[in-house]
Amino acid sequence: MNLNATLIGQSITFLVFVMFCMKYIWPPIRQAMHDRQEAIAAGLRASEEADEKLAQAADNAEQELVAAKAEAASIIEQARTRANQMVEDAKAEARSEGERLVDAAKAEIEQEVNRAKEALRGQVAALVIDGAEQVLKDSIDAEKHEQMLKQLAAEL
Amino acid sequence: MAGEAKTTAQYIEHHLTNLTYGMNPQTGQWEFAHSAEEAAAMGFWSINVDSMAWSIGLGLAFLMLFRKAAAAATSGVPGGLQNAVEMIVETLEDQVLSVFNHKNALIAPLALTIFVWVFLMNLMDLLPVDWLPELAVVAGISHMKIVPSTDPNITMALALSVFALVIYYSVKCKGIGGFLAELSFHPFPVQKGVMAIFIVPINFLLESVTLIAKPLSLGLRLFGNMYAGEMIFILIALTFGGGVVLALAGGLMQWAWAVFHVLIITLQAFLFAVLSVVYLAQAHDVDEH
Repeated sequence: MNLNATLIGQSITFLVFVMFCMKYIWPPIRQAMHDRQEAIAAGLRASEEADEKLAQAADNAEQELVAAKAEAASIIEQARTRANQMVEDAKAEARSEGERLVDAAKAEIEQEVNRAKEALRGQVAALVIDGAEQVLKDSIDAEKHEQMLKQLAAEL
Repeated sequence: MAGEAKTTAQYIEHHLTNLTYGMNPQTGQWEFAHSAEEAAAMGFWSINVDSMAWSIGLGLAFLMLFRKAAAAATSGVPGGLQNAVEMIVETLEDQVLSVFNHKNALIAPLALTIFVWVFLMNLMDLLPVDWLPELAVVAGISHMKIVPSTDPNITMALALSVFALVIYYSVKCKGIGGFLAELSFHPFPVQKGVMAIFIVPINFLLESVTLIAKPLSLGLRLFGNMYAGEMIFILIALTFGGGVVLALAGGLMQWAWAVFHVLIITLQAFLFAVLSVVYLAQAHDVDEH
């Protein structure tokens, strides 16, 4: 319990230990802790940036989607207009074709009628001549009367 | 209590005596002291071998353990040892940063060394008081005090080393004149005139006492706490020889005191480290007046 040279020995030991600690223990541990703090801070920063980028990308995607929808709508609208147009055109064409066909048919019918009339006229004339021939026997100048009957037939 | 026929007083004295090596003035020979009286008679030029051995051993254990952690220190995921070491390092660094505002690479490692080393020396107090001393007796070593911090030489050596650093940094940061001025112009303000002749010596006396009280209180606080704690463990150990009832009560008391002591040894180690930093911070503070 008395003070003795242990005091000196312990002081020297203490200073040696402190020096060792200062040189070989404190700096590497401190450095490792510091580096880890940096790494964590960098990681947090990066994750924040990534979050921002993600939000931005989501915004962009939304905008793109809206634009695409608008474009699709306009395309559909165009297509619809065009379809209507085509239907209208087709209708008009069909109508005109129909009219044309009707006209043509009418004309043909008229022609047929005319032709029939013509044939009828010829047949009537021949019939009349035949009848007249039988009635009048030879007394009739065939050429002269035929001329006359043709004229009569033409007036039908 | 050991099996030998010892009186209670002898038992206690045996536990409180260091293994001292020095020159025995009666025989004129260098040898181990056989009793406390012989050790005292050896004077200053003797050495407490047990205190030195245990403190150096524990200090080396601290340095090797922490050096191992430092050498393998990674900024990646730390292992268990590195985690524990970093926790201690960070706690002390926080303390140092909150108290010490100057640039000095010595202070934080100093605080770390003091804290861990003193903690380990205090920790020896938790070993049952008879184990190692009785083992030493069996091995032929007469005395063995295993708690270095119950030796005032050890605690005062730490305190005086810190004090030497305080003086060194005071002179380095303020100059001898500044240091003396700091001692002379406080706590009473000195005005020019005749009064200064009276006030300066009074200030110097008061401040010197304050200054010297720092290492004394630092070293003796640790010693006192540990010595008293050890003493109580020894007294509790005495009950083990007093029959079943006393022995059971003693066992309970030893457990309770050990639990409480866990707090004390940590607190004392921490206090020693933080106060050292505070004193060194004061040494660095250039007079704000």
